[in-house]
Parts: sequence; structure tokens; C-alpha cells
Amino acid sequence: MAETIEIRWHGRGGQGAKTAALLVADAAIATGKLAQAFPEYGPERMGAPVKAFNRISDQEIRIHCSVEHPSIVLVLDETLVDSVNILEGVPANGTIIINTEKSADEYRQQLGFQGSLYTVNASGIALKNIGMNKPNTPMLGALVKATGILDYQKMLEDTTHKLEKKFKNKPEVIEGNVKAIQDAYEEVNK
Amino acid sequence: MTATTIIKQLTVAKTGNEAMADAMRQVNPDVVAAYPITPATEIAQIFSSFVADGMVTTDMVTVESEHSAMSATIGAAAAGARAMTATASQGLMLMAEMLPIAAALRLPIVMPEVNRAISGPINIHCDHSDTMFCRDAGWLQIFSENAQEAYDNVLQAVKIAEDPRVHLPALVTTDGFIISHGMETIKILPDDEAKSFVGEYKPNYSLLNHEKPITVGSIDLQNYYFEHRIPMIEAMKTAKDIIKQVGREYGEKYGRFYDLIEQYKIDDAEVALICLGSTAGTAKDVVDALRTKGQKVGLIKIRVFRPFPVEDLAAALRNLRAAAVFDRSDSLSGYGGPVFTEVCSALFNSENKPKIVNYIYGLGGRDIDIHTIEAVYDRLNKLKDAQDTGEIVSYLGVRK
Repeated sequence: MAETIEIRWHGRGGQGAKTAALLVADAAIATGKLAQAFPEYGPERMGAPVKAFNRISDQEIRIHCSVEHPSIVLVLDETLVDSVNILEGVPANGTIIINTEKSADEYRQQLGFQGSLYTVNASGIALKNIGMNKPNTPMLGALVKATGILDYQKMLEDTTHKLEKKFKNKPEVIEGNVKAIQDAYEEVNK
Repeated sequence: MTATTIIKQLTVAKTGNEAMADAMRQVNPDVVAAYPITPATEIAQIFSSFVADGMVTTDMVTVESEHSAMSATIGAAAAGARAMTATASQGLMLMAEMLPIAAALRLPIVMPEVNRAISGPINIHCDHSDTMFCRDAGWLQIFSENAQEAYDNVLQAVKIAEDPRVHLPALVTTDGFIISHGMETIKILPDDEAKSFVGEYKPNYSLLNHEKPITVGSIDLQNYYFEHRIPMIEAMKTAKDIIKQVGREYGEKYGRFYDLIEQYKIDDAEVALICLGSTAGTAKDVVDALRTKGQKVGLIKIRVFRPFPVEDLAAALRNLRAAAVFDRSDSLSGYGGPVFTEVCSALFNSENKPKIVNYIYGLGGRDIDIHTIEAVYDRLNKLKDAQDTGEIVSYLGVRK
């Protein structure tokens, strides 16, 4: 059980927190690991705070309750930092990654968090590459760079493959998303 | 026992709904009639994309309600087709009038069903009150712990339901959102292997067989109604053996064995928890953790609730000293949940039986965590030596 990595995603309905969690699980499974991805749903509400979770392990994952102590937290919408306790249950040596234009130092001070804190302008990257504020795929790049939980190239290949299936008739969307992941991988800062 | 080679399978990432839809794709039913309802909508939606993409030859019928979905499925099955649908909660409620008819007509319809609370208040999340509401409808009920079992159970259910000794409809359930919308690592069979496992459906009787004309849905009063209910009752009993056979065959071929109940670390256990569905996975982790502390604890998962595995449960519980039955629904009978009362009745004529308590939990999707389950085992460890059983029916994780 100790070897299971637990991740929590904070986002707003419509931003793709659940999709991001699914993509992480998919990529983890494609690289030979065992994984779960699951959302914490209310009724579908655009803009409402939502959470999604991942578990990644080398062993079978049987547990089906919510994640209480995630070692990694990703925040897709920084306005949530004021209304939701994003640090809840996170150990002191955990990792936080926030989609923001601000520096990691600013958030380190604001949150008083002792662990690893990263920031990345995932919304800016998404607007530039996809033309929409869909920060979920760039956050994948930031996650892999910051934590090394997945092999970067394999994650990129698997996500491209998954996007190709979903956007068969929109090659520009696939290209944009892949570029967004690559940019976020390069730009994420501690 | 001959050595067998396990058929190689593909490891994929799938949600429970995707897993069930994929099993349906491999089954390639003649007819699917469906109406959307959260959290089961995706099953028919994903399946309809298989139809649109020509990956199945199914005649997909979109209808205006679940009552019509079940009626159309019954009509197709009576005509001799392999027919399926999928639903949840209020959708199952709306089908309620037609469900016993499907069973009485001995139509082997297989229906994935995603467990969701029933109204009211309105709630879209997991509990078992929808499935339990239909427990006397004459349908087999198979509960799945995870996405893998959801997939495996759909394939097995087709084979079980269509067995001439059974010929009853079957519900295969997953827990709403927890499994239906949770992505997990699963193994799926090659398409041709899945197809050959379920086999071809050749009904002995059908409306469209003009060589052997039959009447379907006739009136049947005092003189013969009773006699015509008996074979259905008998088929439900026989189904237990067939479910075991099919589960064993599946295990021998594909490495995953199935039975009416799953016994986890029961052999030397003094106390155990009894539950259905996704909670069993969480409880297994708790059992392992408590075992490392030297506690003799175990778990019994009821995979098949209909037919009710009376004999298997009585045998599994024989050497236990205390057990807690977890119910994710309340019967509103004033005395606990349906699994509890049925487990108690299974044990009534046994000489050796444990003390039994009931916990109602997780209504409307309330999360059940490891600490809560640990606390129940703590109580069972005390209860096994106690004079007084204390509260028989308790409610877990509910505000006072």
C-alpha cells in the first residue's frame, strides 16, 4: 500500500480535471503500471469546484474510497486556492502544482507550504497552443516534469494516441495539445 | 486436473461503463434498446458509437422511456433475438412492471445496471436501493467489485442466462460513479475468444420460428398459473450450479475464477465482514492491514445476490464467531437491510453460526473509508467474546 502514489486534482466543472486524471491513469497503464482515475462528482455543474483523483502503483489497487492524503495536488484554477483547502491531507513533503502566472515563491509564502511547490502558466500555454483556456493537458507536462512519476516520452506518445482517437477529425487540436504539454514541461518552475 | 494455458489478454485502461460497453461489443447482441440515465448513460452511448462505426451488427432501438426500453428488449428476445439494455435507479424503477414479465417469459436478457440511490430526495450517487428494490423480479443479480469484474460478469451473464437450464434474465451491476466512472487497469479477452466463450444463442422457442408456433404472454388463471411459476423457481435454484460452472470455466481459460461468493482470508478467521460491490476491495486492504497486527479477520463478498447463495454462506460462516453484514440500502422494514435479513435467514437452521450485526452505510454515495471499516472490525473483535450483542442494526458515517 505504501508504494501507491495518490494524486488530487482541483478544478472547476468544464476545465477537464476528470479528463486529466483519466489521461494520467491511461498513460500510467500504458507504461506498465496499475492505476485508478476517478472523479468526485456532484451533478454536472459548469464552473463549480470539482475534484478528481489518481492512484498509481506497481501492485493491484483494490481500494475504492476517496483519496485522503494525496502526495501530489494539481490546481487547474488558482481562484480555488481562496475557497478550497487545497492543502488538506497533503503531507509536509508533498508536491503542489498550480496553474498561475505568479511565481512559485509567491504561492509558497501565501500558503506557507513546506514541500515542493511548482507553478506553470497552463492557461496561457493552452490559449497559445489550443486557442482555448483548457489547462488540463499542459498540467500533464508540468506533473511529469515536477514529479517524474511517468516516463515523459511514453506519456507523450500515449496521450497523443488517446487524443488521436478522440479528435479523429481535428488534427489541429491534437497538435495543439501535444505542443501545450511540451511547453508546460519546459516552463514549469519551482 | 489438467494443466491449462491461460489465454493471452490485452491490458487496457477502462472505466466500469467502458468495460461493460466493450463486453457488449464483443457479445454483439442482435438488439439493444436503451434510454439514457445517469450514471449508466455512457454504456448505451458508447455502445451506440460501436453501432455507428459498424463494429457490431446490432439493431439499436432508441426509445422514449425505460419502460419502452425493457418492453422492446422483451419483444426482441421473445422473437428469438439476443437482446440487451442498460439502466440505473429511476430507470430500473420505470422498468419495474416489465421486469417480472421478462423473467416469467424465460427471456435471457442481460442488462448492465449501475447502482444508484432511488429518489427521493433526488440523488445520482451509489447505493444499492435500486437493485434491491427489484430483488424479487426473477432476475439473476450479479454484483461487480471493480471494472474488471464488470467486464467479466457481463460475458459470463450472457452464457449463464442463455443456458437452457436457466433461461432467466440477468442484471450485472457496478457501483455508480465509484466503478462506472472510475478508470482502472483491466484485462480484456481477444474478440474471437469472448465470442466463442458466450457462444451462439439458439433459443428453443421464438415467436419468429413459424415451424414451431407458440403463444407468448397468454392469460393463465387458477388452473395452471401456479404450475407455470414452479419451473421459474426451479431455474433460479439450478442457476447456482450453472453460475459456479461458468465461473470455473472462465477461470480455467482466462485466469480469473468466479463463484457465488468470494471468501477472503476466511479459513482461520474469527470475525468477518460481509458486503457486495466496490466496498469489498477497500475491505480487503483493511483485512490485510489488520492481519499484519495478528488479528484473525476475513471478508465474504456476495457476488451473486440472486439466486441467494444460502448454502455457500452458511458453510462460509460456520466457523466464525462474529460477523457484520454491510448493506448499502435499507429495506425500510424497520429491521435493517435486505442482505442482513437474508444472511440471517440463511443461517437460521445452521447449528454453528456467528453473532451477526448489520451496518447500513454509504446511502446516496456517502464515502466508506478504511478507518470506518477498521472500526467495525474493532467492534467485531470485542463482540466475539461479549455476552451482549448490543445494537443489532447501526448506521455508519451518518450525522446524529
